Amino acid sequence: MNCTDFLAKLTDYFDGQIDPELLIEVKEHLGSCHHCEVVVDTTRKTIDIYRGHQPYEFPEELSERLRTAVMNRCKASVSK
Amino acid sequence: MAVETQSTTEDLTDLPPEIVATLQAEPPHPDLELVERAKAGDTSAFEQLVRQYERQIFRTAQHITQNREDAEDITQDVFFKAFQKLDQFQGNSKFSTWLVRIAVNESLMRLRKRKTSKTVSMDQDVQTDEGSIPRDFAEWRPNPEQNYSQSELAEILRKTIAGLPPGFRTVFTLRDIENLSTEETAEALGLSVPAVKSRLLRARLQLRERLSRYFRKTKEGSK
Ligand SMILES: [Zn+2]
Repeated sequence: MNCTDFLAKLTDYFDGQIDPELLIEVKEHLGSCHHCEVVVDTTRKTIDIYRGHQPYEFPEELSERLRTAVMNRCKASVSK
Repeated sequence: MAVETQSTTEDLTDLPPEIVATLQAEPPHPDLELVERAKAGDTSAFEQLVRQYERQIFRTAQHITQNREDAEDITQDVFFKAFQKLDQFQGNSKFSTWLVRIAVNESLMRLRKRKTSKTVSMDQDVQTDEGSIPRDFAEWRPNPEQNYSQSELAEILRKTIAGLPPGFRTVFTLRDIENLSTEETAEALGLSVPAVKSRLLRARLQLRERLSRYFRKTKEGSK
């Protein structure tokens, strides 16, 4: 397995959807290739950072305002 | 024993096939009951669904459009449309996936309106190889966030994801931030599973490459 083959399997590897035999090859490559090891580590960190820091706030005030507006529209459409 | 099996089979054949499938598979999702009540005219049941999913719909819309006012409008429109089209929801997918699908369509439509000169679709920019081959192999700090305040970090994350083509951004948002499965993401976007996987790989690698500028380990004194 070379780096290109490895990259092609990266998504399946992250999602844990990889054949056991292929997984052995993937791990072998990771053990011998520092570049791919770094790519795996930093890609995982990329995902974790986005998961851990929702960049967009959704305060209760907004939630209530949107919900009220939606429900008013829904109710108005029914009573027509 | 034989009689019992037979009578069960008979009972099942009397039912519509989708109900049989439901009985044979997992217990029904609790949303389905709320949807049924809402279809029957119970607006409080629908309000409960809005409460459950408005955050996810808002964030999805904001990630795709990168605009807060648009996200607010879209969130309202999505739930209003869902309410009006409730009869079209057949329960073949999760209710939340169905909502996300509406949100994605509304968001892309909004983007198209805003950028009249540029076409915006899920297929945009997928031909390019940009970012699909890693170039930066620097390790990151053990805790990549340590050099930035919360607000600086939020800004970095926003800027970085905003730089991705909408098609990649959307796949990353649904799959990695909103935690939809690959199959659910495919369904919400009207893409095949392999197409989702290939976009997801590129989105992750491009984000990684861009974040690496901020988070890579550097020599002392420089950021
Ligand atoms: Zn390699």
